[in-house]
Amino acid sequence: MIKNQGSSFVNVGERTNVTGSARFKKLILNDDYEAAIEVARQQVENGAQIIDVNMDEGLLDAQHAMTTFLKLMAAEPDIARVPVMIDSSKWSVIEAGLKCVSGKPIVNSISMKEGEAEFIKYAQLCMAYGAAVVVMAFDEVGQADTKERKVEICQRAYKLLINIGFPPEDIIFDPNVFAVATGIEEHDNYGVDFIEAAKEITATCPHVHISGGLSNLSFSFRGNEPVRRAMHSIFLYHAIPAGMDMAIVNAGQLDVYDTIDPKLREACEDVILNRSPKDGGNATENLIALAETYRGKDAKAEKEAAEWRSLDVVKRLEYALVKGIDAHIIEDTEEARLLKARPIEVIEGPLMDGMNVVGDLFGSGKMFLPQVVKSARVMKKAVGHLLPYIEAAKEEGAKGKGKIIMATVKGDVHDIGKNIVGVVLQCNGFEVIDLGVMVPWMDIIKAAKDHDADIIGLSGLITPSLDEMVTVAEEMERAGMVMPLLIGGATTSKTHTALRIEPAYSGPTIYVLDASRAVGVVSTLVSDTLAEKYIADTRADYEEVRIARAGKTAKKLTALADARANKFSVDMARKPAAPSKPGLHVYDDWDLNDLRQYIDWTPFFRSWELAGTYPTILNDEVVGESASDLFKDAQKMLDTIIAEKWLTAKGVAGLWRARSEGDDIYIAPDNEEICIPMLRQQVNKRTGKANMCLADFIDTSDDWIGGFAVTAGHGIDEHVARFEADKDDYNSILLKALADRLAEAFAEAMHRHIRTDLWGYADDEALDNKALIQEQYQGIRPAPGYPACPDHSIKPALFDLLNAQENTGISLTSSFAMLPTAAVSGFYFAHPQAEYFGVARIDDDQVADYAARRGVTLDKAKQWLRPNLND
Amino acid sequence: MSILSPADYIRQTAKRRIMVFDGGYGTAIQSYKLEEADYRGNLDLAMDQKGNNDLLSITQPDIVKDVHRAYLDAGADIIETNSFSATKISMADYGCEHLVRELNISSAKLAREAADDAQAADGIRRLVAGAIGPTNKTLSLSPDVNDPGYREIDFDYLKNVYREQCDALIEGGVDFLLIETIFDTLNAKCAAMAAKEAADASGRDVPIMISMTITDMAGRNLSGHTVEGFWNAIRHVKPLTIGLNCSFGADLLRPFLTELSKNADALIMAYPNAGLPNDLGEYDELPEQTADLIKHWTEEGLVNIVGGCCGTTPAHIAAIAKAVKDAVPRDIPTVPVLTRLSGLEPFVMSA
Repeated sequence: MIKNQGSSFVNVGERTNVTGSARFKKLILNDDYEAAIEVARQQVENGAQIIDVNMDEGLLDAQHAMTTFLKLMAAEPDIARVPVMIDSSKWSVIEAGLKCVSGKPIVNSISMKEGEAEFIKYAQLCMAYGAAVVVMAFDEVGQADTKERKVEICQRAYKLLINIGFPPEDIIFDPNVFAVATGIEEHDNYGVDFIEAAKEITATCPHVHISGGLSNLSFSFRGNEPVRRAMHSIFLYHAIPAGMDMAIVNAGQLDVYDTIDPKLREACEDVILNRSPKDGGNATENLIALAETYRGKDAKAEKEAAEWRSLDVVKRLEYALVKGIDAHIIEDTEEARLLKARPIEVIEGPLMDGMNVVGDLFGSGKMFLPQVVKSARVMKKAVGHLLPYIEAAKEEGAKGKGKIIMATVKGDVHDIGKNIVGVVLQCNGFEVIDLGVMVPWMDIIKAAKDHDADIIGLSGLITPSLDEMVTVAEEMERAGMVMPLLIGGATTSKTHTALRIEPAYSGPTIYVLDASRAVGVVSTLVSDTLAEKYIADTRADYEEVRIARAGKTAKKLTALADARANKFSVDMARKPAAPSKPGLHVYDDWDLNDLRQYIDWTPFFRSWELAGTYPTILNDEVVGESASDLFKDAQKMLDTIIAEKWLTAKGVAGLWRARSEGDDIYIAPDNEEICIPMLRQQVNKRTGKANMCLADFIDTSDDWIGGFAVTAGHGIDEHVARFEADKDDYNSILLKALADRLAEAFAEAMHRHIRTDLWGYADDEALDNKALIQEQYQGIRPAPGYPACPDHSIKPALFDLLNAQENTGISLTSSFAMLPTAAVSGFYFAHPQAEYFGVARIDDDQVADYAARRGVTLDKAKQWLRPNLND
Repeated sequence: MSILSPADYIRQTAKRRIMVFDGGYGTAIQSYKLEEADYRGNLDLAMDQKGNNDLLSITQPDIVKDVHRAYLDAGADIIETNSFSATKISMADYGCEHLVRELNISSAKLAREAADDAQAADGIRRLVAGAIGPTNKTLSLSPDVNDPGYREIDFDYLKNVYREQCDALIEGGVDFLLIETIFDTLNAKCAAMAAKEAADASGRDVPIMISMTITDMAGRNLSGHTVEGFWNAIRHVKPLTIGLNCSFGADLLRPFLTELSKNADALIMAYPNAGLPNDLGEYDELPEQTADLIKHWTEEGLVNIVGGCCGTTPAHIAAIAKAVKDAVPRDIPTVPVLTRLSGLEPFVMSA
């Protein structure tokens, strides 16, 4: 910006000042704080290091406006990261502002205008609140105009402040920048007075800073921006070496000294430095005459021309990809195609370049998943437009960096994470062949061979998928394959991969934590130079995991008999009364509008790898912007889902007589009893802590239990197919994630319905959604396959009790995953002492006991309970 | 021989050795398996009191004193009062607003007695810090996502709330006021102002100790401040100690402690959790593990006073005291005189 400005010069943004900006004043007077906040944001984006806020306007309640604006700024992490300058001539406004600012601000300003006593009082308050302070060169007599007055007042103020222990480094003097070239002769030396005073003050008052408001200087040239900018730049060019190290200035509007038209530069310099022009005449008159020729040459037109639509087509494509804008992508792609000899060059050139930018931004944490997926949508649409031309020309498709087969394994239906990984890989130039969900190992191996794939990636969410992945690995080994096998998904882990999958397959087997790691891993694996070492390192790493595991004797657990003796003692006098409406209750079409209010948004963001808790995540420093955009899109889609009834919510709930016997729960929907065996914690407990089992919450006779299965996934396939046909992964993933949320919301709504009506043990409950999310209600609803009853295989029994397939249209896969995917099922325990827990590790004695109670072989039981085994 | 003021004693002792602070109170109190009636005692209170640990200073003074004693026996030089939530705001959850003054005075007295007893027994000086929690309200954030400018409370109200607690703690005889587990920097500035005013009003020198808590792995507290940004916002208070507590375990806290240690020209006091909680919300880092991690801190010269927070027990403090016994304390750095401002992030103006 300014030559020789030195690294120590500080720009204070001045646009959020009602006395300096007519636009800002209008926004505040119209109560349009949202737009006013954007002004602050632009200041920071344009390089303001501190934001000056001033609300001194006769028509305003300045105190209210100041605090309102400061609080709103605090909610914007990309603005709030810089310090604030609280600017007012009224102390009451300043103090109200100090009570809203969390960092260390600057107060602008105090002075000796009202005498020393007042000055000291305010300075002490600044110290108490922890603020630096701008001291105006102003005393009982008035504002200092000459160099001598400026220096004398500042030195006096300095002494007073040092005497009360004010930190000298927190003093910023403003020796008053006054207008020059006013035509009044006494004003001609104001520029020089300021510059020389700055020199003297910094020499005699150690550690202080010098600041000033630049816009005063060029007051005579209002409306002539080019001249004003030149004057400000030239003034700083001379004042900074004299000690001025801060200025309230529109950071976006300063010129580089060297690039200012030499004629204008010299005329400005004559005025500011009060010199006699070389070619005669009067400095002021010369500048006024010259200024006329610059009037109207505004930067505004230039700026509009800089809008991205007027960039060249290559840049436009890059912009569209980085910003995820698909509005013009077909026309831009077409324009690029016409410029190239062959359509493939558009992909290999500008599109891949743009995606590389996206990949780099994502890799360096400057972009987040939702944005990347949007970028991918733009890319896919562009490629989709080009494909027919490429095929017509019988050209080879773009040679990607590598081919990856991706699949959710047999028995599992969850694919949001897998789809995200696929999109991210595509963004980075890999060809992804997605086989979808519930893919048997034969199909995976066949596809890998048919496509001559470089890598296979497996995904799964439920625990039985872990075994299925081992199966795929074994079959790949048998088929003599050597390509890398990647493992990912919610229940997978490095430990499981090292212990179970890698030993089954002699090719490289690598666990990938999340989508953001996928690109790095895959790029390394297809690299000629890096792959070998990486594979060797990973093998060594997994070997260590195995050695560590082998060396560690299995954790000492409590014997099953002892764990049972330490059962959770429940006060059965407090068990809820019999349900008011026992039996089955079927709901064909629960109102989606009702479900909406029960949505827990935090897991929604997690599915997009955005870490944080709703609603604070929307203002998160790092991912807030990304999260807010995603949230907006989600709300919009939810509106449409409800208005156009894309999804149908079907559910069933049942309430049955039950009793417990040991760790078994016997449920009697009619005269016959069904036994549901439960698992008991065996981890060693501190005294006073029980070894929990769900059966403990049910009385040994004359008690009740409930069950439910709900889904919000009916109707989704049609819309997912539509999005996918439109190459719109973003909306496809968004819809699936929303359906998942609605299913969870349905479970919440159904549970409340149970508590307040069907069972009716808490008919006076009044909890808001936050309280529901925090599980403040009485009773629990553990789901098979989750920590309190980790065995997925009891789902068929639950489904039989509920006649769930017929009543809700939910079916179970071979691994007990539910279809539609957006579904939840579980049991209801109503006792006030019932609580969630994790069964965690269980020992061989319980596995054998459980197998006997379930009437299955030990191997089968081990397969089902794999993640809980103590080995 | 004149007796050093508490602050001077700490400043001098901390030059020679690493001093020891106490550990978590929640875990210790849990082990007594108190029922609602135990909490309530013979007080006539409308709401369920189970979990109101601060109330125990009135209803179960022996238990509170036992915990203090256990930490003193374990080697703590400084213990904190059982008053983390004893403010009008936090006590509203239990309908105990009217007891705030009494709670703080009792808490202070119990800790004072325990410290004095321990000092009389072995001659090692013991000190008491009045614990001031963050309250469950925030001055910097809106609880309503649709109205980011909304605040549940304002500065003046919160200052009065803190003032009431500070006055009572001082009256009960604490040596310091410890503003801890700071998730909101503006709350902390407000508390510090109240503490200073309370100390001034009492006519005693009651130095302030400040401890921030980090809520994410990027090293920020809930109001979004980085460690250095926070220090810049609070250093005008001239605290006796500045530090970090709670957050994570000692291993994950280390980089942020390094940042603070480098920038802060005050004693550093840090007391981490016993690692991260497991799936059941329990802490299973063993005393030796915590102690070992803290020993690493001392090897890098990061700290002057160490202790424990959530999940730590007297056994942890004993292990820590043993581990740091011969460790070299951190030298307080001389930081250059520069203008240190902050938004959420620090902004330092060069000279």
